[in-house]
Order: sequence, then C-alpha cells, then structure tokens
Amino acid sequence: MILSDFERAVLAGTLGNAGERMAMELVVESARLLGAQRLVEIHSSHIDGCLYHGDSGTLYCEKLASEGARVKVPATTNVGALNLLKPQQCRLSPAQRKMAYRLMVAHETMGCLPSWTCAPYQAGARPALGQQVAWGESNAVAFINTVLGARSNRYGDFLDIACAISARAPDYGLHRPEYRYATLLIDLCGLSVRLRRQSAFYPVLGALIGRLAGASIAAVTGIPADATEDQLKALCAGAASTGALALVHLVGVTPEAPDLPTAFGGKAPESTIKITRDMVIQARDSLSLATSGPIDSVAIGSPHCSRDECRELLRLAQGRAFCVPVYLCLGRHTLMALQTDATDRALLALGVELVVDTCVVVTPILPATPGVMMTNSAKFAHYASGNTGHLPIFGSLPDCVASAQQGRVVWDQAIWS
Amino acid sequence: MTLHSEVLLSGSAQGEVLRFDAPISFWGGIDPTSALVTLAGHPQHGQCITNTILVIPQLIGSSSSSAVILELFYTHKAPRALLLGARDAILPIGAITARQMGWAHIPVLVLPDPDLWSGDWVSIDTDGMITKH
Repeated sequence: MILSDFERAVLAGTLGNAGERMAMELVVESARLLGAQRLVEIHSSHIDGCLYHGDSGTLYCEKLASEGARVKVPATTNVGALNLLKPQQCRLSPAQRKMAYRLMVAHETMGCLPSWTCAPYQAGARPALGQQVAWGESNAVAFINTVLGARSNRYGDFLDIACAISARAPDYGLHRPEYRYATLLIDLCGLSVRLRRQSAFYPVLGALIGRLAGASIAAVTGIPADATEDQLKALCAGAASTGALALVHLVGVTPEAPDLPTAFGGKAPESTIKITRDMVIQARDSLSLATSGPIDSVAIGSPHCSRDECRELLRLAQGRAFCVPVYLCLGRHTLMALQTDATDRALLALGVELVVDTCVVVTPILPATPGVMMTNSAKFAHYASGNTGHLPIFGSLPDCVASAQQGRVVWDQAIWS
Repeated sequence: MTLHSEVLLSGSAQGEVLRFDAPISFWGGIDPTSALVTLAGHPQHGQCITNTILVIPQLIGSSSSSAVILELFYTHKAPRALLLGARDAILPIGAITARQMGWAHIPVLVLPDPDLWSGDWVSIDTDGMITKH
C-alpha cells in the first residue's frame, strides 16, 4: 500500500496524538483488508457509530476522545439511542441509557456536529457532485451517491469516525469512477405514469430494486423527472434496506446518469429486468406481515421526515385526532422549522408522539407489548419485526392517517393501478 | 489434514469448529449479550458462538456487525478465530478495535468453502495453517 509521509507519520505516532494514531491504524488496516492501494482524502463524514449497541462501543469512542482524537472534516451524527429532548421516551435500563448518552457525548467531544438525524442531507449536509466523503447510515449513503453524485461506500461502526478523524478513507469501491458504472438495467416503462407518481410507490420500488440488485449497481429508466426529493429519499432508504447497494443510477435524475450509455460507461447491460405491476404489488405485499384488522401504532419517518412530510401528515388528518399512538420521527432541524408556525403543537394536539434524535426501530419506544405497526416506510417495515417484535403493515401516508384515526387498517387500493 | 488460509489478522488458536450453514449478519442475527444465534429460521439458531472456531462461508454485511462482535470481545464471549469465505472488513474491524483496546487478539482468516464442519477440532498457527485433528 502506498501511504503519504503524513499518513506514515500519524501511523508511527511521530505526528499527532494517540487517538489520531488509533484512527489512522483502523483506516489503514481496513484499506489493507479491502485490497485498497492507497487512501483517499475525504471532505465530510456522517457518523453512524453514535448508536448504542453495547458498552464496548462507548468505551472505544471514549478512548479515542480521551486520547485527543478530533474530527478533521465536518462530521454530522446519525441517530443515537435516545431522544435527548425527552430521554424517558425510550425504555432502556438506567445503565444502558447512561452508556448510550455517554456514546453520544463522546462524539460531540470529538467535534462532531450534533445533528442526530438519518437524513442529514435535509439538514444542510449536502456533499457536492464528485466529492469524496466517508458516510455511514445506508439510506444516507445511497442518497448522496444516487441523488447528489458524491462518492462514498457504506461505512459503519468505528471506521466512520476513524475516517473523519483521519480525513482519509480506503480508496476502493465507489470512491473510484470505474466502480460506479451500472451493470443491471431496470425498466419501469411498463408501469402506468399515474402509479409512478404516487409517493407510496417509491419506498416499494426501492425495496424491489434492493432485492433485484443486491450489491450490484442498477440503472433505472422511467423515474419521472419531477420526482420529489422526499420520494427519492424513500426510494434510496428502501433499496439500501433490502440490498447491500449504495448507488442506483436513476436515469435523468442521478447526476452521473443523464442517459443510459453514460450510466453503463458505454457498455451493454449484463441483464435487463422489465418491472411489471404484479412485481410492484408483490414487493408492496412483502413489506407487510399483517394485512387487516386492528392496529396498535403508526410509525412515520424513516428516514426522518422533512417539514413538507410533517405538514402533509397534518393536512391529511384534517383535525381528526388519532386513536392509536402515531410516532413521527424527525431531526431537530425539522422540529425547529415546525415550531416557527406551531405545526408541532397542532401535531401534538392530534395525539402525535414526536420522536427526535432517534427512531422507533433502533431503540425501544413502540408499545412494550408487540402488536401491529402501520407505516409508510419500507425501512421501518423491513426492520420492525426483527428489531421490535411488532408486525408491520405497509400503507401510503393517507392510509396511515386514516388507519390511525379508525384504529384499524384502512387501505386505498386504487392508487396501485 | 492441514489447510492453508489467507491471513487477514494473524494469531493462533485451537478449538471446535462451528460452521454457519446459511448467510448471517451479526447485527440482528447474533445476540450481543448471550452470543446465541437468534436469527429465526437460521440452521444454527440457538447455538452459542463463544470460544468456537467460527466458519462463516457467507456473510451479510450490516456494518453494525462490527459493534456486535466488539461487544462479544469485551464480554469474553467471542469466538477464538474467524474463518471467512471472502475478504471483508466488517468483522475484522471489530477484531482490530478489540486489539486496540487490549481486550482480545484472535486470528481472522479467509478460506472459501473449507472442508471444516461443526464438531471438527482444529488448531490454527500464525501463518494461517489450519490443522484438523
């Protein structure tokens, strides 16, 4: 591996502090394991390692911090295990809550920007086209590669913060242009334009793309050019939940995919899949483990809701209160925006539970007795049963609102034709 | 019988093989407090990975798996060695961070589809040579 003088000096401990040495060692060792020839300088990070999985992670990050490590590039934080504005909202034991909090504090000590959101790209952190970054949180990595054209692999626990401290990442995979071309073509043109404009279509399409593409790079034709950022966000989150992918070329949307030849680097697709309505319906149904009857909760906001999505929820409710808990997950940046016109108070009055800094599938917030949870998020649907024991039902946002008001599943099938 | 593997992280170990007969992600698949396989429907569901020579022909790569295996090192419930089917960084990152903390030092090796089966007793040397007893 070819390392610069600076990288060698930090690794040898002759430059910088012991925390910087630990971080550089982890980056260089990871690069060696992945077969990278060198490191690439990065411009920002998004840190997923602030979510508590056990005391060891807290102790590791506190060690980095106490040895003097500080991030050298702007580094936003993903969700933690606590709503810092309302810590009693999650049912961790007092000991776990303390360690989860210490983990979040350690990241602030290292100079991270305390954003505590899985949609940092809607909180001002938007890497530029072609920019090298090291991001964690699968939906965010997929979004910045796919929608913004930034370059990152999926970084996870400890390597993410180590990259931010070193301002370096292993030079492999999606950092390199030759590994960013599509090999699989997914064609949506057989679907009605009406279906392709439904917001509920996007998370389902994402889940389908993730299953079809796995870890390979697909190019998708037939996405409406005016798809909203929230729709693209839902697509990326769904795809990165069911697949290991971190980039989908949405032809006409993705900056690197103005047309098919560009997306495929001039080569022919290795395979082509034409999506049918039946495939969409099957993908939609695969997101539900229950289909009808009473529901126990509704969960919205994976990825974290934007202000527009919160306002849409309020508009759809038309002032009619909910009779099951509705968990609305969002970042502080969005909460502050909602506070400017009292949208937050209007939502609370309907019975909405605002979940800030975290979300309901990473920490115990949903009702303690497992039941049926309705959601418009493919990611919530994918992780609900394994992480929380609750059975998911997928529906559109209007379905979720109507179901929350009636306490049972209300489904408008007409949007799926 | 001896097998040669590629060394990702060098170390020596001996113990009983536990082989995963289906792909698994440590995050969501293995309970970090008990070291039991908790993934519903997995062939090794209910088995404990502590102190095993763990053979993992296929890994599903949730990046939070680094944190799960680090927790197992911290609580002394980790395997004695990892034998992966392909090069990967996620579990080795857990092993490297455990070394940095002084908690454990285990070999991590690569050998696609090895002739090693649950119940085999093996020893591993620092050059990646695996001897089946």
